[in-house]
Amino acid sequence: MATATQTTVSRPPTRLETWSNLGCRLFCYAFAWLTVLLVLYIVGTIGWTARPAVAEYGLGFLSGTTWDPNTQEFGILPHIVGTLYSSVLALMIGMLFGVSVAIFLSEGFLSSILFLLLKKVKLQYHPLLGRLPDALEHLLKNLVELLAAIPSVVYGLWGLFVVIPLIRDPSNWLHDHLGWIPLFGTSLAGPGLLPAAIVLAIMILPTISAISRDALVAVPRRIREAAYGLGATRWEAILRVILPTASKGIFGAVILAFGRALGETMALAMLAGNANKISWSLFSPTNTLAALLANNFPEATPKDVTVLMYAALILLAITLVVNVVGAWVLQRATAGLEGGH
Amino acid sequence: MTKILDSVDKSPGKSQQIVIDCDIHDLYYGDFKAVRDTHIPIEKGKITAFIGPSGCGKSTVLRSLNRMNDLVRGFRFEGHVHFMGADIYASSIDPVAVRRHIGMVFQQPNPFAMTIFKNVAFGLKLNGYRGNRAERVEKALRGAALWDEVKDNLHKSALSLSGGQQQRLCIARAIATEPAVLLMDEPCSALDPIATRKIEELMVELKKNYTIVIVTHNLQQAQRVADKTGFLYVDTTQGGRTGYLVEFGDTREMFDSPQQEHTKQYLRGEFS
Amino acid sequence: MIKSPMSALSGSPLPQPINVHSLHKSLVRPRTLVSAGLTGLTALLTLSALVPLFSVVYMLAWEGSRRLSWDIFRKLPPTAFQEGGGFGNAIIGTLLMVGIAALLSVPFGVLGAIFLAEIGPETRLARWVQFSAKVLTGFPSILAGVFVYGAIVFYTKKFSALAGGVALSVLMLPTIMLTAEEAIRMVPRRMREAAIGMGATQAQTVRWILLPTAIPGILTGVMLAIARAAGETAPLLFTALFSNYWLTSGAKLSLARPRETLEVLNQPTASLAVLIYNFSGVPFENQKELAWTAALVLVLIVLTTNLIGQAFSRRSVRG
Repeated sequence: MATATQTTVSRPPTRLETWSNLGCRLFCYAFAWLTVLLVLYIVGTIGWTARPAVAEYGLGFLSGTTWDPNTQEFGILPHIVGTLYSSVLALMIGMLFGVSVAIFLSEGFLSSILFLLLKKVKLQYHPLLGRLPDALEHLLKNLVELLAAIPSVVYGLWGLFVVIPLIRDPSNWLHDHLGWIPLFGTSLAGPGLLPAAIVLAIMILPTISAISRDALVAVPRRIREAAYGLGATRWEAILRVILPTASKGIFGAVILAFGRALGETMALAMLAGNANKISWSLFSPTNTLAALLANNFPEATPKDVTVLMYAALILLAITLVVNVVGAWVLQRATAGLEGGH
Repeated sequence: MTKILDSVDKSPGKSQQIVIDCDIHDLYYGDFKAVRDTHIPIEKGKITAFIGPSGCGKSTVLRSLNRMNDLVRGFRFEGHVHFMGADIYASSIDPVAVRRHIGMVFQQPNPFAMTIFKNVAFGLKLNGYRGNRAERVEKALRGAALWDEVKDNLHKSALSLSGGQQQRLCIARAIATEPAVLLMDEPCSALDPIATRKIEELMVELKKNYTIVIVTHNLQQAQRVADKTGFLYVDTTQGGRTGYLVEFGDTREMFDSPQQEHTKQYLRGEFS
Repeated sequence: MIKSPMSALSGSPLPQPINVHSLHKSLVRPRTLVSAGLTGLTALLTLSALVPLFSVVYMLAWEGSRRLSWDIFRKLPPTAFQEGGGFGNAIIGTLLMVGIAALLSVPFGVLGAIFLAEIGPETRLARWVQFSAKVLTGFPSILAGVFVYGAIVFYTKKFSALAGGVALSVLMLPTIMLTAEEAIRMVPRRMREAAIGMGATQAQTVRWILLPTAIPGILTGVMLAIARAAGETAPLLFTALFSNYWLTSGAKLSLARPRETLEVLNQPTASLAVLIYNFSGVPFENQKELAWTAALVLVLIVLTTNLIGQAFSRRSVRG
């Protein structure tokens, strides 16, 4: 058997190397476990602190409509309704705009239109102007992403000073003339469901558009080509072929955006009105679970804290279910497309 | 736990010293039997080549020599690989230690995302070398015939080199620690003919100080550089594709007068 | 006329002669008109979606710049009927708590990412970890505050910067872990193979090859997480609460008195986000104007951090 070469530097790992390797691996395992334990700890902490309230109020908590710390009567049905109502409303508005933006971006309409315009004036090969279509398309994409970067408290501020004054007169007009429709049943005094839903829609729009755009872009080329090959116009291809193919991904986007809307706090705390009652009017003040927590926690007595924790537990449950379902739908959507190769 | 690999086994004078004695009975990836019945002695100071059609397990056998196959899930090895006085597949042997003494150059050049100097010095750092690193780096780069091209740019990123240069850098990196054996897995297949030529010349030079085992699908290359050649072929008789050693011997003898029918056919170019 | 291919099957059995004019472009034909109309509609909707962005930016610039001066760094928040003032303590508070959060979440996230990408990628534990990270991603930010309230504030009976930092770190953790995992996975497999082939242990491969190569991607994730944390209000509302005073008022910071120095972290702390929230709801013009300026400063911090993060990700592409 040969020996190692005479001037070799090679040596087996020292004890330090072996032990520190083991140590690092254990360390990583530990933090992996900690991650899982953290989630359990969070759920556990909220649940455990809520125990007394759960014991005292039971399921009646979910169907009660009064929230009165003075009489110790607590019910979060208005808040659950408010959370769902505002989120669904925001989702409808957000979907309309978000999916449109996603289609607009994924089809590259902006750069196509600009390119056509440049062609009309024969400038499409101009060194500077010729790059404009792609640059503006890129800019558009970044601007939409910028919507997501603005903190929610700033959106709340903007909602208070821009949105509410803007929609106050049209809303009151609607109330005055069409007040018999429950949707317009009350007048808009300031904060209310509609301004909150509008701002919420703006906040979830980037989520919807980003994930939908990914889904649209992921539609395989050959499917698009098949549609055009049959003589479809741009929009026939989009509406009848591309959108349906991407529909699972868009659905996932919608669910995840719904989850975000459910958990959104600040914009709603500032714009919803903090009124603990159920109302179908778009203009009446309302409240959501998250806003309830935001407004009441700072000055809560220890007894009130347990009740608030109960409400937090409900919010946790709702958002958890929605987010898990959304993630699952998205996973199946991407798996489906990959499998189709 | 780890067993420090001691080097010495002073077996009485064999003119050919066998550095690695590779004896594979069966090699599995999960349920798939990749290689069977392959016994190849690797002799010191010689270049041993594995040739054969694609999918015959040449790379698999090569990677068995430094336990790189351990990285693949479901890898099972039945047999022995004797190196430095021990069976490297024994449960007491630390594969990390084995790889310290056996260098590997891969098909795709794979320099680290660091400077040229740091790439070559990586092995030195790994092995806790406390001497003059610059000296060793220069020696390695000279040994890989790359010194003149990079000596003024040692602190440039290794990724800025051309493909052929990167591969020579990988060779320099492998020989910086002067390991006992150098394994090369189709080192030239990703390179152009000129770079290939340079590396073949390099191999013949390196033979003076290193034992080299290469896998190649290029018959002419095997003829040009290898002292010993092993021809592997695929056995499909049992429903799978299992590689096995058909013939092994001096390169010149095997190419001039192959003994086995499959070998004759392969060397005639009847399949690849 | 050639029939539209979509309805080709319902035509007559004999092929009709092709009317050449039907090949020409014509805006009048219904299908083309509809298509152009829809494009126009989507364009309109897209541009409308940007209107809020421009409006917010405009308001920030217009209203926020009104009180923009060095005073905002030097002065404390004004109380009910006071004039003037600034929010220097809020800026410091935000930076401090985001700093604490980063200190906690970056090591945690990176170690978890190393586990996911390198140490145990196919294990069942890895799937649980990824599931946990995804759960945390969608976590309502207020629940992070609720959690820390129940876990820390309830027992210490004090609002503190530390509690606020922990709440923020819970929100930062999933982002950092998932982007770091992605960054480490993106390191080419062959580099890892080369290191293992040379006899590096897993720890050495991670420390000398994987992490250094993945750093730009990891930093991008960290920056994005920091940008998000800086803008968060809900988690701070009842963990750090708020304060109208400087952090160090009354305490002498020095290494010789470590406990007093740490006490600084253990009191209610101001932050930009909570300041904006508080001031937006009061009827005083002074406060409302400062709220806009604070919003401007906050957005600038968030945008800058985002841009830095994007700069890092561009560098990694070159890598």
